[in-house]
Amino acid sequence: MRLGRGAATTYPGNLVHSDCILIEGSNMAECHPVAFRFVMQAKLAGAKIIHADPRFTRTTAMADVHAPLRAGSDIAFLGGLINYVINSERWNTDPFFKEYVSTYTNAGTIINPEFQDTEDLDGIFSGLGPYQEGEWGLNGFTGQYDNKTWQYAQGPVGDQGRTANTAQSGETGVSSGQPGAEAAQVPVGPPFDPVVQALLKPPPTSDPTLQDPNCAFQILKRHFSRYTPEMVERVTGCPQDQFIATADMMLANSGAERTTSICYAVGWTQHTYGPQMIGAAALLQLLLGNMGRPGGGILALRGHATIQGSTDIPTLYHSIHGYMAHPTILKQHETLTDYVKAEALPRSYWANLPKFMVSYLKSMWGEAATPENDFGYGWHPRIFGDHSHMPMVLAMMDGEVKGMMAMGQNPAVGGQNAVMQRLALAKLDWLVVKDNFETETAAFWYNSPEVTGGQIATEDIPTEVFFFPSAQVAEMDGSYTNTQRLVQFHHKAADPPGDCRSDVWWTYELGKRLKDLYAGSTAPRDQGFLNLTWDYEPEPEEVEQWAIKDEPSFDKILREINGYESGTGKLLPSFTALKDDGSTTCASWIYSGIYPEEGKLRAASRNPDPVGGPGTNLNWAYSWPANRRVLYNRAAARPDGTPWSERKKWVWWDPNKVPAPTAAAPNPPPGMWDGYDVPDFVANKAPNAPADPNAIGLAGHAGTDPFIMKADGKGWLFTPTGLVDGPLPTHYEPLETPVRNPLYGQQVNPVLKRWDREGNVAVEVGDPAYPYVLSTYRLTEHHLSGVMSRWLPWLAELQPELFVEISPELATEKGIQNVDLVRVSTPRGQIQAKALVTRRMRPLNVADQVIHHVGLPWHWGYQGVVTGSVVNDLALLVGDPNVSIHEGKAFVCNVEKA
Amino acid sequence: MAWQTQASPPAQPGPVSTPIGSPGPATPPVASPAAQATPSTQGASGSVEVAGAPVQTGQYNAEPMGFYTDTTVCIGCKACEVACKEWNQLPASNGGANLLSGLSYDNTRRLDGEHWRHVRFIEQFDESRSQGRWLMMSDVCKHCVQAGCLEVCPTGAIIRTEFDTVVIQSDTCNGCRACIPACPFGVIEVNPVNNTAMKCTLCYDRLQAGLQPACSQACPTASIQFGPIRELKGRANMRLEQLQGQGVDQARLYGADDSIVGGLNSFYLLVDEPEVYGLPANPQLPSRNVPTGAGLSALGAAALGVLGAVGLRKHRMDQFAEEARASAASGAVDGEVRGG
Repeated sequence: MRLGRGAATTYPGNLVHSDCILIEGSNMAECHPVAFRFVMQAKLAGAKIIHADPRFTRTTAMADVHAPLRAGSDIAFLGGLINYVINSERWNTDPFFKEYVSTYTNAGTIINPEFQDTEDLDGIFSGLGPYQEGEWGLNGFTGQYDNKTWQYAQGPVGDQGRTANTAQSGETGVSSGQPGAEAAQVPVGPPFDPVVQALLKPPPTSDPTLQDPNCAFQILKRHFSRYTPEMVERVTGCPQDQFIATADMMLANSGAERTTSICYAVGWTQHTYGPQMIGAAALLQLLLGNMGRPGGGILALRGHATIQGSTDIPTLYHSIHGYMAHPTILKQHETLTDYVKAEALPRSYWANLPKFMVSYLKSMWGEAATPENDFGYGWHPRIFGDHSHMPMVLAMMDGEVKGMMAMGQNPAVGGQNAVMQRLALAKLDWLVVKDNFETETAAFWYNSPEVTGGQIATEDIPTEVFFFPSAQVAEMDGSYTNTQRLVQFHHKAADPPGDCRSDVWWTYELGKRLKDLYAGSTAPRDQGFLNLTWDYEPEPEEVEQWAIKDEPSFDKILREINGYESGTGKLLPSFTALKDDGSTTCASWIYSGIYPEEGKLRAASRNPDPVGGPGTNLNWAYSWPANRRVLYNRAAARPDGTPWSERKKWVWWDPNKVPAPTAAAPNPPPGMWDGYDVPDFVANKAPNAPADPNAIGLAGHAGTDPFIMKADGKGWLFTPTGLVDGPLPTHYEPLETPVRNPLYGQQVNPVLKRWDREGNVAVEVGDPAYPYVLSTYRLTEHHLSGVMSRWLPWLAELQPELFVEISPELATEKGIQNVDLVRVSTPRGQIQAKALVTRRMRPLNVADQVIHHVGLPWHWGYQGVVTGSVVNDLALLVGDPNVSIHEGKAFVCNVEKA
Repeated sequence: MAWQTQASPPAQPGPVSTPIGSPGPATPPVASPAAQATPSTQGASGSVEVAGAPVQTGQYNAEPMGFYTDTTVCIGCKACEVACKEWNQLPASNGGANLLSGLSYDNTRRLDGEHWRHVRFIEQFDESRSQGRWLMMSDVCKHCVQAGCLEVCPTGAIIRTEFDTVVIQSDTCNGCRACIPACPFGVIEVNPVNNTAMKCTLCYDRLQAGLQPACSQACPTASIQFGPIRELKGRANMRLEQLQGQGVDQARLYGADDSIVGGLNSFYLLVDEPEVYGLPANPQLPSRNVPTGAGLSALGAAALGVLGAVGLRKHRMDQFAEEARASAASGAVDGEVRGG
């Protein structure tokens, strides 16, 4: 929401160019050991490594500095870094920082003078009001901001990002997207350019000196002024010397000649203010001038296998392919034109949204999608609330949702408040589990603690359970999209045994059978299903060598994803070829270009850079968008287009390079962006090109605006829109905490999501019955809920039993010895684990209290070669308001010797 | 936009100062593990005399090959342990249903007949946590230049290969256990599946096919590096210099010279005393304890066929093995400052 794309700005291999790496909210060495090799290479080349984390982990063991901090206090730590940086002598005297920040960010943009900050309102922003639940009833918000006063003074600019979409879909009455668009008098598309043109508003006003008291920079300076090193220590427990060492190290390693990168993972996301933590890191990296540059940026360490892919072509409820908002009844999405009005950003690359959307609709309904019927837009499903995992479990509990398909998911172990997850499974009419092994979810009806403990009887469970065995990755063609947006193809090596089938086969066959069942229906609601294009039958030569003859055609699926000319089927070279008139078909615009011509599958290309090269490896697989490896890399050059330094050269303006002639420009003037990477910018737009205030798309940005997805081309220090819980990161306490917020009167995120009910009761602040801070996490040796590791003897023996990590201080207090059996409890449940007493855990002094941390890896369950208690039985269903993620990294518990 | 295509020179101590795209330390100084040990394509098929018979090698030259383990970049992921078991098809302890050891993150605990790779975890923290380290080291057979196991093996099952590595041939091992106490590092144990003494072969089968060992290939951080010993020593010395330049006074190499049983073909870069890692400071070979005459007379006794002693001998050898292992393991387990 600060930069424009919901993805890592860099790639792991780029860390070798870092002079300093801050790892926070991540146990990278343990959970991403392969990516961590590049951290070690950077270290061997002299880079400084900092790990900020409550525990001393295998990552910390490799770090130069360990900044221990209380779980959930990261915004206080990052806010402290921000305050330290902008008040430091180096930042205020080295001209690099001023030039980068004033040109590439919205630091100078004037904000609505009616905006009131947490400084004025003791921890809340202006616009807070009560939340009214809608029809769905499970959105869970505890409050709601009207963000009118957060806007640019000149008027609102929209934001197109999945973070905002999530919240919008769960809210009523809040109109972000394209605020004010409802009132605009706009025509009906197609063509849609006039629709987008009508959305244009005057560009924002700015004070390039950053002195105006209402400019974003001055607001953020005031906002973070109380995040002093003393306060950081008081809130986080991190001793000041380690905090200052971190700050000095990052400052010294940022600038024209040096860069610092930040790596994070679910240690930042799983909080009731997770996106704000990540936003604080983005803010810091913008202030330090590290965005878009080699060895800089933010590396979001996505989960495993293809988690990035599962948001690109999403299994998410709130967005459709390529991060377009899912049509919803909660916004003005009635017609396709309405949708475009609400979601397109006229002065950004998102001005092209109609092209992406129409091409997507063509991929859904093929020839049935015509300009006359809005390309089938009316057939598209709409969401009407927060349909993410936690509310859906509650809807299962309530009997609203009657069936579940769990594919590659094991909620009986991996879901928060796993007791409630299993009880919800027992309310279903039917459950399908498709997995490698009979998971805890598949076996809940006879082997869950609730059944074996006598709480419910198998014969009283109405759920019909179907188990389908899965093919493994080497048994199918397919691709992974890894943490760096890199799509890598993998070839089928063998047929799967017996009835095991790929998820694609299963989904395709299910769709075929459903289409048969819908056949002949004249009900309007069924027409979308009937018109759905659903033809992935393999060509004979694709399955010739295999025993399984009906595995869907990977090639046909990929053609649809890449896009083709609707009439001819000719593959499209890239998303720049997309049209909004139905003449192109493309399922996911961001992947367009991955299969640009016959016989050229770029995801399968395997040509690495030679040793000694920059390591962009542009011919190794395919990185969306357009094979760019470092995003926003226009910022790797000075405003005038020359590299910031020889040492940090990456992408630059070459005034003499001549673009290839096109039909539109047969004799193009010389001047192109060049570099080691694919420029994330208009290839021939000169650094001194002015913005055209009357043009839509990127012509509305100047040659110095690197953030092409944003409505103003700037990196956002201040986010007027896109986040439902505030334009600046603010320290709140986790919902469950032993500590009163030392910074503000406001204790927790005022709009977080709660679902209070029997079996899901939260602990009050400071309840002496649950005095310890608990984090759940993973180990190198196991994978998630253990389905891919606890069944494998070679992995099981490495970490065979569930353990709870506690400090010797806490162990002494509680009379616990190493490997003693210990009971850990919360109001949701209790579990048993063996104590691992270690000085790697340490008590922290926070706000005049001694805070003990308790650590639990959550890989165990009641199935498999090795078994153990389900740690998530302890967790609470509580959500972040922007993305509905749970708070698994910071809640409270009690620990006793069993 | 042409960048250099030659291999980057080795790491230099100190921070990076060269631009991207030019050769130098900005490029990772340690190539990917796969690139570390490119089989030599020229001058292959070196032939050496082993046990009187000329042996053709695969693609590697017949020269001393082995491991250099830089413990400072070991992240304790245990990929080496798993890769070893997968390649060599070794069983998991109790089918995987092992017990939590409580010894840091080490649950496989030692090298033995079914664990040919083992990662040690050593926690060193003072009470205030102002000083703290978590040392990790992937341990393995040292493939000693003077190998105690090879000295004592009565059947000739233990051989020295053309790569100067030490391999137990299972088909000629009679399970007598003589090699177990003979190893000063506690590496060897009888595998319960086939009842022969087993240990790391340095993936002899892979080396013969021009592949690098499974463990070093799996190592994500190039902590385990495989290659010709002379090359590895050069790399290790550079890294040692770099660390010493950074003020890591305790950094040292173990087994890189001939002071430890003539040299180790698996040698280590450590940042503490060897005993901390469970490595003996001054390992001794069995032959040191055996005066030449006594050795001859023992051979004579054996030749006379004192077969009744075999059972007793086995019992004693088991005892020796247990002692040797306990002393080897003590450094790690008793880690003076382990929490708790």
